[in-house]
Amino acid sequence: MDREREHNEADAKLFAPMLETGRPFYLTVGVLSALVLWGIYAWLTQYRWGLGVTGLNRPVYWGFYITNFVFFIGISHAGTLVSAILRLCQAEWRRSITRSAEVITVLVLFFGVANILADLGRPDRVLNIIKHGQFHSPLLWDVTSVATYLTASSIYLYLPLIPDLALLRDKLQMLQNEGRLTSLFMRFRRRVYTWLALGWTGTERQQRRLNRAISVMAVLVIPIAVSVHTVVSWVFAMTIQPMWHSTIFGPYFVAGAIFSGIAALILAMAVIRRVYHLEEYLKPVHFNHLGVLLLVMTLLWLYFTFAEHLTSYYGAEPAHMRVFWTKVTGRYAPAFWTMVVCCFIIPFSLLSRRRTRTITGTVIASVAVIIGMWLERFTIVVPTLVNPRLPYERGLYSPTWVEVAITVGCFAMFILLYVIFTKLFPIISIWEVREGRERALQETAERIKTYLPGEEEVEEVGVGVLS
Amino acid sequence: MPRWAMVIDLDKCTGCQACVIACKAENNIPFVSPEQAAMGRTISWMEIIPIVEGEYPRVRVRYIPRPCMQCDNPPCTKVCPVYATFKNEEGLVAQIYPRCIGCRYCTAACPYTVKYFNWYAPQWPAEMRACLNPDVSTRPKGVVEKCTFCHHRLQKAKEKARAEQRELREGDYVPACVQSCPAGAMFFGDLDDPMSTVAQLARSARAFRLLDDLGTEPKVIYLSEGEWYGPRKRA
Repeated sequence: MDREREHNEADAKLFAPMLETGRPFYLTVGVLSALVLWGIYAWLTQYRWGLGVTGLNRPVYWGFYITNFVFFIGISHAGTLVSAILRLCQAEWRRSITRSAEVITVLVLFFGVANILADLGRPDRVLNIIKHGQFHSPLLWDVTSVATYLTASSIYLYLPLIPDLALLRDKLQMLQNEGRLTSLFMRFRRRVYTWLALGWTGTERQQRRLNRAISVMAVLVIPIAVSVHTVVSWVFAMTIQPMWHSTIFGPYFVAGAIFSGIAALILAMAVIRRVYHLEEYLKPVHFNHLGVLLLVMTLLWLYFTFAEHLTSYYGAEPAHMRVFWTKVTGRYAPAFWTMVVCCFIIPFSLLSRRRTRTITGTVIASVAVIIGMWLERFTIVVPTLVNPRLPYERGLYSPTWVEVAITVGCFAMFILLYVIFTKLFPIISIWEVREGRERALQETAERIKTYLPGEEEVEEVGVGVLS
Repeated sequence: MPRWAMVIDLDKCTGCQACVIACKAENNIPFVSPEQAAMGRTISWMEIIPIVEGEYPRVRVRYIPRPCMQCDNPPCTKVCPVYATFKNEEGLVAQIYPRCIGCRYCTAACPYTVKYFNWYAPQWPAEMRACLNPDVSTRPKGVVEKCTFCHHRLQKAKEKARAEQRELREGDYVPACVQSCPAGAMFFGDLDDPMSTVAQLARSARAFRLLDDLGTEPKVIYLSEGEWYGPRKRA
């Protein structure tokens, strides 16, 4: 019991956001809600009049919405994938960052789907996808893999949340016993936590089962995540349109997705750290490690982008070249070169030196990467449609306020849901931090011993989630 | 089963737009405002694309009338998630308007950009609304449409032939554009009947198909003397 109290005192800061609410929270919610309402108004306008209120036309049939769709699904790779890989690698520094990553995944997926709905001319008929679904269409592959991913990553978010829900249950129960739980909402929350905690008491047996379940999900979720963005890329690559019909689109999109996902994670962590004063939990070392990961992805992104464009340029097929020049020197050159600056020059120069790989440095790099990756998706979707194969057709595209409002509304609503999540659930996995404090030090030391020569070959010790 | 095909003789085409207008009247194509047209939202199942070759003062303008190619291997039907566009038993690429969800994947996948989208609910001037073709359904907002080779005319021709207890003859079924061409530049018929006009013209040395190397097997065949592409400049 003493140990419990010690922990609770140490982790008081982790409970604070869920128990106390100040003015800044309401202000944030107010601003974000206003933006969300603007987006909803735009969507209602579009629903009422048709897609004519957008800037789309023939031949530029796809624009902001499809760009957002690819972008949001990409961001979703932050969480589950990064968290699963770190867990499986038993990276000890993961403990305080996995939760914030997993939440991004689950929430942002809804906005990927929302943008597809916004893009449909007949959203009222969306269920035809189930009723008359045709599996030879890559869109159906998308529906399948995104639905699987949403399910798997929700479970993957929920499982490690169970012990924390039990902690919250106990905490609120304690407050209630002390007569300090007066508001009806808090009492309601206590009941919800109790229900969601599934009677967790933290026995050895429960812990063993949970660990097994988490590691099974961590292994499962990786191929699912990879499949999701591969399939998203195939929406484009399966057509025979110039500069879409590319075999590297699958891995190219997956790499870009992880790239933008890590950037989103760094940004979310920096905000959480600042707002909830979690400097002790999200330390410079976390940002440094994620910064290195982001640096690796920056280089990978450059490699893929270079390979993709060089292949088109060297082959010099006229239809491909029209798209190529539109991107490199034509109408979309500003977007293209901003992308190069944001996705490579800024992050590379900041992250490649230890001196600038600070919290501020990684945050600046992440903002650049997020902007750059949105532009990347845009310069993949639009320039090809602007230059169809028949050389006599040309298109122009400039979005209207409706598309801008729906895009802004999606971003605002994502942030809003994220903020609300942090107020209802611990955004840093409390039990995992405790486990780290209590056991990981010894376990890691023993594990390292087994790597070293000379030691008797003993039974596998402390293989953590893998066991 | 006949393989319906169209032959367009570019050397005879004057660019008069009669086929375009005939198509619009026949198929209840909605009107769009000049502002919408400037945005690229005109719906025109049959479109005459002008091609300017050469540079001033040696300029030559040519025209290509461009209906749906009715590919035998259509890239658009493969990608439709709800089977709202498909190759029907006549070999024609058909649209099911009440099922289309308006995702515009087929429009993006078509290399000939022949598919059109209803950005708004369709509109006609009052006079036009009074004389819509009863054989062709109008399309609601938010769905994709395109040239059907006047499929409704085929149905009528088949019914008539059945009533007269005979086989379909050449000339029984002809799309509105072909029927209206004053230059006699358009032909229509069964490509699998070696004696038909279209099959004979398709064997001509002047015959070619648009983007033939993509393997889409279009059933619209063009006739032109010599190289027609002309010098291509980069965008």
